[in-house]
Amino acid sequence: MTVSVRLKHRLGHFTLNADFEVPPGLTVLYGRSGSGKTTVINAVAGLLRPDDGHVVVKGRTLLDSAQGVNLPPHRRGLGYIFQEERLFPHLSVRQNLKFSRWFRKATRSDFDHVVEMLGIGHLLDRQPGALSGGEKQRVAIGRALLGDPSLILADEPLAALDDDRKAEILPYFERLRDELSVPILYVSHSAAEVARLATTVVALQDGRVAAQGPAADVLGDPTVTPLGTRAAGAVLAARVVAHHEDGLSELDAGGIPLFLPRVPHGIGQPIRIRIAAQEVVLSRDAPHGLSALNILPGTIEHLRAGAGPGAIASLSTPAGRLLARVTQRSAKAMELAEGATCYAIVKTVAIAPEDIGGGAA
Amino acid sequence: MDWLTATEWTAVRLSLRVAFWATLFSMPLGIFVAYALARWRFPGRQALNILVHLPLIMPPVVTGYLLLLAFGTQGPVGGFLEAQFGVTFAFRWTGAVLAAGVMAFPFMVRAVRLSIEAVDPKLEQAAATLGASRVWVFMTVTLPLILPGIIAGMVLTFAKGMGEFGATITFVSNIPGQTQTIPLAIDLLLETPGGETRAARLAILSIVLAAGALALSEWLSRRVADKVARA
Repeated sequence: MTVSVRLKHRLGHFTLNADFEVPPGLTVLYGRSGSGKTTVINAVAGLLRPDDGHVVVKGRTLLDSAQGVNLPPHRRGLGYIFQEERLFPHLSVRQNLKFSRWFRKATRSDFDHVVEMLGIGHLLDRQPGALSGGEKQRVAIGRALLGDPSLILADEPLAALDDDRKAEILPYFERLRDELSVPILYVSHSAAEVARLATTVVALQDGRVAAQGPAADVLGDPTVTPLGTRAAGAVLAARVVAHHEDGLSELDAGGIPLFLPRVPHGIGQPIRIRIAAQEVVLSRDAPHGLSALNILPGTIEHLRAGAGPGAIASLSTPAGRLLARVTQRSAKAMELAEGATCYAIVKTVAIAPEDIGGGAA
Repeated sequence: MDWLTATEWTAVRLSLRVAFWATLFSMPLGIFVAYALARWRFPGRQALNILVHLPLIMPPVVTGYLLLLAFGTQGPVGGFLEAQFGVTFAFRWTGAVLAAGVMAFPFMVRAVRLSIEAVDPKLEQAAATLGASRVWVFMTVTLPLILPGIIAGMVLTFAKGMGEFGATITFVSNIPGQTQTIPLAIDLLLETPGGETRAARLAILSIVLAAGALALSEWLSRRVADKVARA
């Protein structure tokens, strides 16, 4: 594994006990506020000293409490993108971007390429105070990349931005994930960000890792809902087949046609779609005469009753695993059980634009 | 020029020299102490804080007396410095520098400490993750951001060095050409029959110098602050 992290830390009544690995790609550390996400990422960066821990990045031991190894932050060779952009106000954008080059000899990363990738060429001679929130965060991303990091850390880098700025920055993280060979550990409590960005998900609940693995597996597991069942939703991989004149785009997901409001991606491109569990309707019989365009046949894999009147079912379909939120009363009336065949119905307009992103799931 | 006599010009030059050296020496030490008080938690921190501020709250004559005890030729520190390095403070202009520096030190520390406390430690953390060691974080991030505070502290120290009276006259006496700075010269002139006019001229000159230093510092601080927050 590229990166392995094992940490134990006590903070008042809260105990963190996390053990996970970060494979290549973008790994989202996913959990609600207070689940210990920021503690984990700061311990990896060396900004917080855990009671006990072991962190190895690409064969290099950054922290080993048993052996008394604890490298200071400046010797860890990581890139950290903070929630607030933390640009140096007394330096120009160019000087901010090149800051790490005063201390790190390596210049493997190409300045011009990073500037071009983030679209910040026209900002180089400005001071950070003159930039918009989204521009600042793009510069902060570039600054972290140009330090030649062996691992990129991102602590809710979109949380401080409004929705328009989030939509502006998200595609850059998709590019980092798809174009760089550097693994990314990304902290988030946003279902949409996880669905669009994660190749791997580490679900953190009350300071413990509840599940870890490929995004489609963890997000499609009805027993793991770090943000509660209301925020649950599975991720499907699909490919754009056609853009129709009525404003819909047709996708192919494992042989099943799906219709979505027009997506910006070109024909043939892979995209990933998050389908919220509460937007999925189940039917035992093949539905007819419905307005919904997306109907996926499948088999119930698992049914989990919640604390309230609800239940959450995972459904194996040719397009991938889906989650559906139903009431326990319906589940009983429909005789839903593991192995039962049924149809999942998803309204086209129920899929939010922020839940659709580029790249393979 | 007969507006001031030679003795008075000597006093003016000496005041400028004393203030200059007092400022130069207390700046690095003041920055260090201010940083320690603002950022470090260590045993004796409160004691250091009180020690730094003592000259501000004690009668200046007491500060001068303590300096005399410690740095006089018979004093433990003064004797050692004279024997080892041939540096003498007692009744020399160097003693006037020391008295001015000690009296002005609280102003330097306060000004710098306030500006350090205004620097977001998150910026320093960010610099560390980008490869800067603690020393480099200070040099490349903290120091440029606290420059306005350092300038303010230097001007206060300079002004204090020009005007220090009580500790200086107690420690190094009132010797023309050696320790007689502007305020000491004014004091002597006021006790000399017919010296009021010359005292008044020196007083006007010291007001002009002080106002000029303040204006210069305002201008410098604004330039630096503008650069930091240029929109």
